[in-house]
Amino acid sequence: MIPLTYMMSLSAIIFAIGVAGVIIRRNILVMFMSIELMLNAVNLAFIAIGSRLGSMDGQVIVFFVMTVAAAEAAVGLGIIISIFRNRETVHADDLTLMRW
Amino acid sequence: MSPFNLAAINFVWLPILPLVVVTVAAMAVLLAGVRVDDSESEGLGLLTLASLAVAFVFTLGILGQYGVAFAGAISVDSFSAFFELVILIAAMFTVMMSLDYAAENRIPGAEYYSLLLFSVLGMMLMAAAGDLIVIFLGLETMSITVYVLAGIMRRNAKSNEAAIKYFLLGAFSTGFLLYGIALVYGATGTIKLGPIHDALASGAMGSNPLLLAGIGMMVIGFGFKVAAVPFHMWAPDVYEGAPTPVTAFMAVGVKLAAFAAFIRVFMVDFASVGAHWQTVLWVIAALTMTGGNLIAVVQTNIKRMLAYSAIAHAGYLLLGMAAGVRSGPAILYYLLGYTFTNLGAFSVVIALERRGEAGNQISDFRGLAARQPLLAGAMAIFLLSLTGVPPMAGFVGKFYIFSEALHQGYVGLVIIAVLNSVVSAYYYFYVLVAMYMQEGGVEVERLSARPALVAAVGLAALATILIGVYPQPYIASAANAFHSASGAEGSHSAALEP
Amino acid sequence: MTTWYPVAVTLLVAGVIVGVMCTINMLIGPKRPGAIKSEAFECGNPPSGSAWGRFSVRFYLTAILFLIFDVEVIFLYPWAVELRYLGMFGFVEALIFIAILCVGLLYAWQRGALDWD
Repeated sequence: MIPLTYMMSLSAIIFAIGVAGVIIRRNILVMFMSIELMLNAVNLAFIAIGSRLGSMDGQVIVFFVMTVAAAEAAVGLGIIISIFRNRETVHADDLTLMRW
Repeated sequence: MSPFNLAAINFVWLPILPLVVVTVAAMAVLLAGVRVDDSESEGLGLLTLASLAVAFVFTLGILGQYGVAFAGAISVDSFSAFFELVILIAAMFTVMMSLDYAAENRIPGAEYYSLLLFSVLGMMLMAAAGDLIVIFLGLETMSITVYVLAGIMRRNAKSNEAAIKYFLLGAFSTGFLLYGIALVYGATGTIKLGPIHDALASGAMGSNPLLLAGIGMMVIGFGFKVAAVPFHMWAPDVYEGAPTPVTAFMAVGVKLAAFAAFIRVFMVDFASVGAHWQTVLWVIAALTMTGGNLIAVVQTNIKRMLAYSAIAHAGYLLLGMAAGVRSGPAILYYLLGYTFTNLGAFSVVIALERRGEAGNQISDFRGLAARQPLLAGAMAIFLLSLTGVPPMAGFVGKFYIFSEALHQGYVGLVIIAVLNSVVSAYYYFYVLVAMYMQEGGVEVERLSARPALVAAVGLAALATILIGVYPQPYIASAANAFHSASGAEGSHSAALEP
Repeated sequence: MTTWYPVAVTLLVAGVIVGVMCTINMLIGPKRPGAIKSEAFECGNPPSGSAWGRFSVRFYLTAILFLIFDVEVIFLYPWAVELRYLGMFGFVEALIFIAILCVGLLYAWQRGALDWD
């Protein structure tokens, strides 16, 4: 049996890659993909813990997270499209109408 | 044989009746409004208002009940009822502000009002959550709809920008919250709040690294949602760019729901491991108060100024959380006063606003007292309450939180908070001075043609004074609400009889 | 471990068949490359424009509608597995779930999201 530590470490590494992607990359679409990566890392953690505890909760949560991620993707891409129509850009550094 | 027992899930419908009403209303508005012209959406708004009122009446029925429903997914107590009622009030005010605003700005009514209702659903779910995953679902139902609401003026570049910034940072913070939930699940072996409370209270957990990392991640996730420094950078831009009624709804509704879940999870269920997170919240509270107030001083746009002011107020609330369980009732009371005050202030901003940019600068408030004495008077009430001047609700709330924190020995934090209140007086009074002692500014158009907006301003002003002058019943209900969530741990997971 | 034995055999057989077919093809198949053959393949039509050009937003709308309704259906799989056990109660619950999805579909239809023109 694969130790839980391995799976949790993998999940943490993927999560960290996602976080780094959001922080480093400036293309909105790539940032969004990195966020999805973070959510999938969490899914992995939920499944690993759920299977170790022998409880269904972990697996059921993953269903909900997947659905929520799909809804988020639909809304996020919609917002990105309306930005692109108005501004012809998908670059985070170009969004500077408001600055303190 | 099936792995679960259907009979063990206690289906008690009464506590979720308000949620059902809001859901059905949201779908009805969506379908009824498809053929309605964007400039004639008032009818949809009134339908929304009526269904929120019905949900409000049903929510009153939960008061005094105590237990869990749906296999622990829903907490039924006065805490959830308190927050659901305040959230519904905030939503009703938002609809009153939106009635004319939405029609004038050609905001698609079916989408606008049904998204509003769906986000109210998410907020109420967060307030009534009995396990971490329902908190997550409520949070996402609320957030995803508010992302769209922030960008609902599709042709407006600022509205677009607000939506994308809120979306990216909101989704980012959701990842942290969810990871925190996963780690707490790993540490305690359950996602239900009652059992988590019992597992932590038994003391067997100690400083389990999974638990510590999970609590940290959840602080980050909630910190983003309540716009605490250093997780606040989205708030000013989003508040400025979003349509003003949506800004009011975000500043009040989202904050209420986020604090409802934050308080329930941390001050009730994580209370026994307070040593792990109270110091962190101490630092965040100090940063949030100071950062919010200092940057608010240099703002020239009233929506941005109110955004930083909202950050600062989140700091005072976090101070209460850092000070521990005893200040729980004070936080709830403070949130109640903050709700009316902020909704009122944003209503006045809408009254001054005209299509486009005009009316959002603080300089636009110049000479308002001479032209519209009542409107200026109401704004003065809200600003004084935000500053914390007696006898407004804001004063009693601040006094209550600070004195509870002092009782528990958080002298340093209270000193920081009082100094911050002094700083905040500067920028609130700046608007007062503009209204009463300067000339110029914009004309307020057609106020008599916007009865709902006028009613919102008036009701908010009355409530701000009433709650401040006669606070006892509200303090009592806040205390009752908080204790119903935190008291009597033994029966925390008792199932309600159908 | 023995439960995985049939899976391993299936994988092995599939690998062998594909490998043999590809090898035979490589050895005895005629190879006559040409300009037309190396063009991008668009289901038999002559290729039009660059593959990196912009697409109509309608494709996106259809894809999103598919995504949403496709993902929601994952909740029906666990329900279907336990249908017998859940009985009439579970059946009604699923009907309510589907009815809510139908409201979304009805809205999309009324708003014209399903019309191509």
